[in-house]
Order: sequence, then C-alpha cells, then structure tokens
Amino acid sequence: MSASQAAEGLSIVLTGSGGAGVMTAGQTLLEAATSCGLYGLMTRSTGPQIRGGEAAAMLRLSTKPVQCPDDKFDILLALDFENVQRFAAELPLDSRSVIVADPSAGEMPAFLKASGAQVGYVEMKKLAKTVAGGRISMVALGALAHVVGLPESAIVEAVAASLGRKKPEAVKASEDAVRLGAVNAPALAVPKLRISTARPAGRWSFTGNEATGFGVLKGGVKFVAGYPITPATEILEWLAHTIPQCGGELLQAEDELASINMIIGASFGGKPAMTATAGPGLSLMTEALGLAVASETPVVVVDVMRSGPSTGIATKSEQSDLNIAVYGLHGDAPHVVVAPLSISDCLFTAQWSVHLAESLQTPVVMLSDQSLGQARVVVDRPQDVTFDTKRLTPVDPIEVYERYALTESGVSPMSLPGMAGGQYTADGLTHNARGTPSSQAQDHVAQMDKRRRKIDRFDFGEHWAEIEGDGDLAIVTWGSSTAPVREAVARAREEGISVRIIALRLISPPQPKLFEAALKGVRRALVIEQSHSGQLWRYLRAHYDMAAEIVSIPQPGPLPIRPGEALAYIRKGAQA
Amino acid sequence: MNMIQTQPHAYKPADYKSAVKPVWCPGCGDHSVLVSFQRAMAELALPPEQVAVVSGIGCSSRLPAYTNCYGFHGVHGRSLALATGLKVARPDITVIVASGDGDGFSIGGNHFLHACRRNVDLTYIVMDNRIYGMTKGQPSPTTEPDWDTAISPGGTGVSPFNPLVIALASGANFIARGFTGDVGSCARLIVEAVRTPGFSFVQLLSPCVTFRDDQQKEWKKVTHEAMVPETDDPGRAARRLMSDDGFNLGILFRGHRAPYQPKPLADLDVARLEAEFAL
Amino acid sequence: MKSLDKPGSAPTFDSVAEFFAQALAIEIEAWERYGELADQMETHNNHVIADIFRKMAHIEGMHRDEIKRRAGDALVGGRPASFSWLAPEGPEAIDLGDVHYKMTPRQALMLARHNEERATRYFEAIAEAATDPEIKAFAQIMAEDERHHVVLVDQWLDKFDPDDPDWAEDLDPPVISE
Ligand SMILES: Cc1ncc(C[n+]2csc(CCOP(=O)(O)OP(=O)(O)O)c2C)c(N)n1
Ligand code: SF4
Ligand SMILES: [Mg+2]
Repeated sequence: MSASQAAEGLSIVLTGSGGAGVMTAGQTLLEAATSCGLYGLMTRSTGPQIRGGEAAAMLRLSTKPVQCPDDKFDILLALDFENVQRFAAELPLDSRSVIVADPSAGEMPAFLKASGAQVGYVEMKKLAKTVAGGRISMVALGALAHVVGLPESAIVEAVAASLGRKKPEAVKASEDAVRLGAVNAPALAVPKLRISTARPAGRWSFTGNEATGFGVLKGGVKFVAGYPITPATEILEWLAHTIPQCGGELLQAEDELASINMIIGASFGGKPAMTATAGPGLSLMTEALGLAVASETPVVVVDVMRSGPSTGIATKSEQSDLNIAVYGLHGDAPHVVVAPLSISDCLFTAQWSVHLAESLQTPVVMLSDQSLGQARVVVDRPQDVTFDTKRLTPVDPIEVYERYALTESGVSPMSLPGMAGGQYTADGLTHNARGTPSSQAQDHVAQMDKRRRKIDRFDFGEHWAEIEGDGDLAIVTWGSSTAPVREAVARAREEGISVRIIALRLISPPQPKLFEAALKGVRRALVIEQSHSGQLWRYLRAHYDMAAEIVSIPQPGPLPIRPGEALAYIRKGAQA
Repeated sequence: MNMIQTQPHAYKPADYKSAVKPVWCPGCGDHSVLVSFQRAMAELALPPEQVAVVSGIGCSSRLPAYTNCYGFHGVHGRSLALATGLKVARPDITVIVASGDGDGFSIGGNHFLHACRRNVDLTYIVMDNRIYGMTKGQPSPTTEPDWDTAISPGGTGVSPFNPLVIALASGANFIARGFTGDVGSCARLIVEAVRTPGFSFVQLLSPCVTFRDDQQKEWKKVTHEAMVPETDDPGRAARRLMSDDGFNLGILFRGHRAPYQPKPLADLDVARLEAEFAL
Repeated sequence: MKSLDKPGSAPTFDSVAEFFAQALAIEIEAWERYGELADQMETHNNHVIADIFRKMAHIEGMHRDEIKRRAGDALVGGRPASFSWLAPEGPEAIDLGDVHYKMTPRQALMLARHNEERATRYFEAIAEAATDPEIKAFAQIMAEDERHHVVLVDQWLDKFDPDDPDWAEDLDPPVISE
C-alpha cells in the first residue's frame, strides 16, 4: 500500500478463538478510532460453535465515510491461529499487508504465509500474564494502536467507557496491558492513520438492523410481531426496548405464520405494523402477504436476506430473495418491494417503507441483508426526512360505506374498528366494493385493476433509485451491492472511465419510464448483484425494454462483492 | 333458566346481523351459532362497531361477514394470530374468533396452544363438526377413527384429540362446551366467555348436515348439561375433562389468570431515540 | 319471568309489562326465524319453501304488531329489567337444525304446525298458572291466537300431496369452495 492511501484509511482484522475477546476488542478499536475523528465500519465472522469458536472482527477505518469492506486487509492481528483458515476466503491479504501474531501461536497457516504479508510478533499471551487481570486482547490492541498510530489513551478510554466506572481495577489492568502492548509493538512499515485530537460532533454509530428499527419507528410503526431468526433478530431486539417508549408494543410470535398474521391484525386495528425476518420466515409468510394484498391491509416486512435456499448459510449475506419477494405470492398480487442502498440507508428505506405501506394500504417487503443488517458503521448523523404519512380513512360520520370502493387513485378509505358505520369484513376472498365475497368476473377484475392501479399510479418520487454519473457505460445494481459499486465507480473515474450508476431502491413496481430516462445514451449496462442466478438481471429483462447491451454479472454469496472486483468489471465493460 | 346479569336493552340481536346471506346448508349448526352470537352481543349490549370477529377458512369461518361487526376473514388456520395482533394493538375492541375443527385444531393447532398459553383477552368459538365441511368431508383432528371418508377409506384409525384438555393444559382461562341445538345456552356461554378476562375457549358442537348426517339427531340425544358446576381448580377440571364423554355441556373451567396485555411504557417522541446512536 | 318452555314449569310473570315483553320477544323471534329460513331456502333455490316461510313470517309479523297494539302503554319504557336475550329458543321459533335445503312443503308446514302447537301449550300454561287476572286474560287470548294458527296451517297442509319418498335426492355432488 502506498503511504498516501494508508493515510485515508486502513482495513484491519482481528482473529482469535476460545473467547479471547476479538469481538469486544474490535468494538473497542472502532470506538477508539471514532474518538479520533475517523469513520468506520465493522463486520464480523464466526465459526459455527455457540461459544468459544474462532472469530474475526473486520474493521475498516477511514477519514471518509465507508459503507462496505475494502478489497483487502492491511493488517491482520491474530491472537491465535486456531482454525483461522476457515476465514481464508474472507480475509484477502497481499504482500503489502502485515500480520501481527503471537510467537507462541505456533505454525502460521499456509494461506497467511502464501499472502506474502510482512509478519511482526508480539508476545501477547506472555505479556498479558505479567499484568494482574491483564487480557491478551488488550495487549493486542495496545500493539495495534501503536502500529496504526492511534494514541494509547484513545484505546484506554474506549475500554473504560465499555467497562464503566464501577470497575476501576479492571480499567487499570486494561490500561497496563494496552501500554505493554504498545511498548512491545513490532516495527512494521504501516502508514499511520490520519487522526484528529477531538471527536467530531454529530457522528452516529449503528448497525443496519438498528437503523431499520429506528426507521420503522420514525415511519410511525406502533406494533411489531416477530419470530427470532438470523440475521434479523437484532431488529426485533432493538425494537423490543424502544417501541414501548414510543406508545407501541412488540410481541414474540410462536412462528412467522403468526407474526405476519399478528401484524395484519394490528394494522387492521389501525396501528402501523411491521415484522422482521429472513428467507425461511419470508417463505412462511407468503400466504398471509397475499391476504394483506387482497384485504388491502398495510404491513411492512423486513427480510434481512441470508444465503439460501433453505437454511443455507444463516450468517452470510446474499441478495437471493428478490424472486420470492417479488413473485412469491400466488395469484396476481401487486405489492411493493424496496431495498436499502447502504447500511445507513436502512434508516431512510425503512421509514419510507412504512410511508408506502400506509399510503397504499398494501404490504411492503424491504430487502435488507446480512451485510447491511449486522454491520456497524460510524457515520455523520443522517438527515431527517419527513413524509406526510397518513392512512386514508373515511370522513365522519360514515354514511354508506364501501371498504373497497373503486376510486380513481385505487386507494379507498379504510375504516377502523370503533368507527361507527364503517363496519366491514376484510377478506382474502375475491370481493366486491362492499367487501362481500364474490366470484363474479367483473368484481374480480375491478378489484384487481384497483389494486394494480393504486400502485402503478403512485408517485414514488426521486427515491425510486439513486443515479449518478454519466457516460455510455452504466452499472445497474441494487441494495447492498450498491456501496462497493459506488466505490468502484469513483475509482474508475479517477482512471478516466466515466460510468453511470443506477442503484434501485424500488424494485417493484417497476418504473419503466424513469428507467428508460436513466439509461438514455447508455451503450452497455452491467447488472451487478449478489445472487447466483442473476435475479435482478432476469427481473430487469422481464419488466424493462432496454436498448443497451445488458451484461449480467451475478456473484453469489457468501463473500461480499468488493470494490476492486466491481472495478475490474467496469474496466472490462469500458472496452469496446 | 340461569339469569345472567342483564344490561340496558340498547341493542337487539338483529342489530348484529349483516345483509350478507349465509352460504351454509340449511340445518347446519353454524346458523345457530350466528343466532347465538347475535343474542350474546345484544345481551352484552356492545356497540357493533366495538366488536371485531376474526376467522380463518372453512364453512364455520364464514361467520364474520354475516355479522354487522368489524370482521376479518383471513387465511386458513391463522385467525388466532391475527386476532392476537388486533387485540394487543386495540385492547378497547372486543375480539371474537370464529373457527372450525380443521381450521383451529389442525392447520392452526400451534396457534391454539400459544393463544391459550398467552392468555390474551379473546373469545375463541370453535364450531366443531368433526369434519372438514368446506372441502367436502375429510377427517379432522376430532373425527372418530372409524369415520369413513374418501381420503381415509374405512376411517383414519387415529384417535381424535380432546381440544378442551389441550386448552386446559395450555393455559386457557375459560373452557366451555355447547351444542348448537340449544341456541340460548350457546349464547350464554359466549356471554360468559366474553365477560371472563383472558383467553376463553368455547367448543360448540355444530352438526354438519351434509357430510355428517349422523350428528344432528344423535347429538340432540347424547348431549347433556354438566352435572357439576364450573370449577376454578385446574386439577379438578383436568380430571373432569379427561373423563367426560365429549357431550358434557356448560362452563367446565374458569380460572383467574390475568390476561396478557403489554402496555406501552410511554409515548415519547421517536426522535429522542437518536440518543441510542449518537456518539 | 321465571321459566320458559321447560316441561312442567309454567312461566309466571311479575307484571303485565313483563308478560307482553316476553310474548313480543317470542313473536319477534318467530318472525325473524321464518325470515331467516326463507332467506336460506332462497339461497338454496328452494323457492316453494322460501314462499311458505315468507308467508309464515308475515303471519308472525302481524301477530307481533297485534301484541304491540294490545299491550299499548304496558310496553312503554322498553323491556322489563329481567329480560334476557339468553333465554332458550321461544316456543314458536323453528329449530334451525330441523330444516333441509330440499325439504317439501308438507315438511315445512309440519314444522310450523309443531311450533304453533308448542306456542299454544305455552300460553295455555301461562294462563293456567297466572294469578294476575289481566295476565290470565291476555294469555288466554294469545293461546287462542296460536290455536287459530294451527288450524290455518292444517288447512294449508291439505293443499299438498304426500311427499315423494326420494324428496332428498340430489343428483349433484356438494361443491368445493375454499
Ligand atoms: C392453506 C390452505 N390449505 C387448505 C385449504 C382448504 N381448506 C379450506 S377449509 C378447510 C377445512 C375446513 O375445516 P373446518 O375448519 O373444520 O371448517 P368447516 O368447513 O368444517 O366448518 C380446508 C382444508 C385452504 N383454504 N388453505
Ligand atoms: S357442508 Fe356442513 S359445515 Fe358446511 S355449511 Fe354445509 S352443513 Fe355446514
Ligand atoms: Mg369442521
């Protein structure tokens, strides 16, 4: 790595096993770095063991905001080498990387040796033993801080903040251990991080899942039901302690069939409602999603996608639920599918999802994924957005009421239990305007037209996609693939390749006119996504007329799409 | 006849009837359930707009649209979940759940256990005809093992389960059985179920005249008022339910469990929560 | 009112108002029930029976109005406090379980006759047990009305031939719906 790049940022991975504390250490390092003015990102990877397994805390620290992992790691700090080869594919290193290891850890695994990385040793274990209550991870952090140019004091303060004031001895022990690590740090040719002395104001730290929780609350959600599933559980856990403070409730359901039906019930009662799940849960919910479509009951379902099919790799990301989210419902069931374009954007997109569901009286599926949901970022405080979110209700007093009246917009006033004169029976059976079950052709068609119309005519505004750049080469992407693609586009520009990026936040309904305009003048479009079968590409082919040459670039999980990989596609795509 | 505390006569049974005509076969017990429901509501003097009737799929689950209350005819087997969400979100609304033995005990069996356990203040009326009426007569979890059907020639050979025992074991706070041949008693059970806080389970033996033409006459003969008054002792109720003949009518158990109703702690401005993230 | 339609226990009333409230409730129930059954038969395309039930509903409706007229001021102020919607089925309402979508006119009228007879017995018992002369007198009038209904139904029954033994035969299987 060149010195100038290093000053911009560093990617660091801490590995260790047996409860050595790499996750906590990673968190401490992120906190210390942000106290020195840096932005950051932290993701994690673990073995299958419930306790004591091998783990990797992967950080990217930078002077600029970052939303995805970089191409490779500059530093690997190994507390031990237990099973670290499990992560080999996730830990790209090269000859410019450095490895900090404990000499007592034994033989270095082949993949690390093969990387050609420079190696420096610290006797972390031995040093930790010399301090009463000293932890190996603290010695490691001390050494690391020295190597990357973070002040020891920042680490110590971060430790103290996490331990709290109640444990002065533990803080003291950590302080001593950190200092020992720093003093004994190996001399390695690593450019130092560019830091500032004061923590800048207005920074936030959150995971995509937490941001999603906050977003739905900002959208007005008052009822949540859910069933635990990786990697969506943190949304439910975050909401469990926050929603009761905001006039709402969260219920743990007996399964996903229950959670989706519970939120439909709550929403029927007039409370904006949501659930969070992952692919297996979404599969169970599809029947009731159809019910929400037919009965025109607004709900938000957040699917934090993981590698599928079936149980797949529960802890790893993939954008492979696009098909089920769009097409999973039986019958003709128009609904809305959206996807956040970055970890931070989980906040906006979740809030928008509630707005769309409530405005359109239809289910909205938000396709987040593991790489967004479980990654933590430190960013500038996101801008506040407000929507004029209001569910259309009948005017009081209700005279003659037709719940499914055939309105121009397709949205009909929805009465709520308690409103006299507004009684109706919501139904999944084909019904007429009054809501009475009907198998008449004209009722079926009229109601299907109406449900289609309300979604087709809705003005989704500028939020449907984020479009940047120009040139005759475009990248079409969505959701979590957007962040690495954006970085690649920025690098391509530095190389003189102009690339347009069209990142879709609104997957369904398709926006043919807007898309056509966005693609104007494009000769070739690369469709970059994290799936095996090219689900987005197939979706685009099905719904859009595209004059440009379309190249499908599907890359399945579980490995993230890295900016350098996207750059390579761009370089190739830019050739005639 | 048992006189129950009466209310001002603000409503008549007809006030709870909609203009939608039932599709049920004439003679079906479900007609009587509808009448019982209307009478019970009139007795409770609940404004129709304050009541929501939630159901799944089946002949029995068609009930909501025939009432003049708010209704939700959902998907097969999930009525209890939908009703739970509604009641927790809107505790001010009286929520009644209408189901069948297939809808409630087979496809919806898991929700039944958890609704009993959770004890949300719901009234769960299962119209038990020991058959799948809507799909033309397949066996349900309460069908006798030797009942011959096209999908189970010669019978299933599988013992039926006793939903009342399961309700008790799972924590239901009120358990009763009625027979639709006696509309007034069914209405009384519904009234008591609604008045009792927590999860109230009312099994109404409701003959299917089309696929179980044996039931109507037979049940008139074999059903009988429970000999012993209701109990609040789960141990006694268990012995009683385990040994009863399935035709013992009345309130069989009424406990004292407090209903589950999570309450919001506060109604603070959501924006405050940014403190969770601000560094 | 203490008891209703239980064999051996003649209902007694504390006031004329209570008696009229009960009589009225019985007629309203019968009127509603016939209407409902007529609707059911219409839904199931048995129009002959629908018409019979509709006519019966009409008769019960007239009877209801007649009671209202007779009661006059006695009913002012609504129903008595002891009134309950949870009473057993009134003696005049056809059991919802006793009908069939292909039932014959004779069957329908026999059901009606059975209920008119029950109603007659019911009011006779009240008249017998009543100590209040006003209640006694009114109950006797009501019993007489019901007896007259039985006669009407009998005349009506005479117009129909005996039932075809295959009356319940349905050449079409039941339909599957959901
Ligand atoms: C998911 C699903 N599976 C199957 C069905 C078909 N189905 C409709 S009603 C029913 C059984 C109803 O039985 P029960 O609940 O006893 O109601 P009944 O008709 O007897 O009143 C079945 C299997 C369905 N609608 N949905
Ligand atoms: S099929 Fe059976 S359960 Fe269904 S309406 Fe007819 S009698 Fe009732
Ligand atoms: Mg059934």
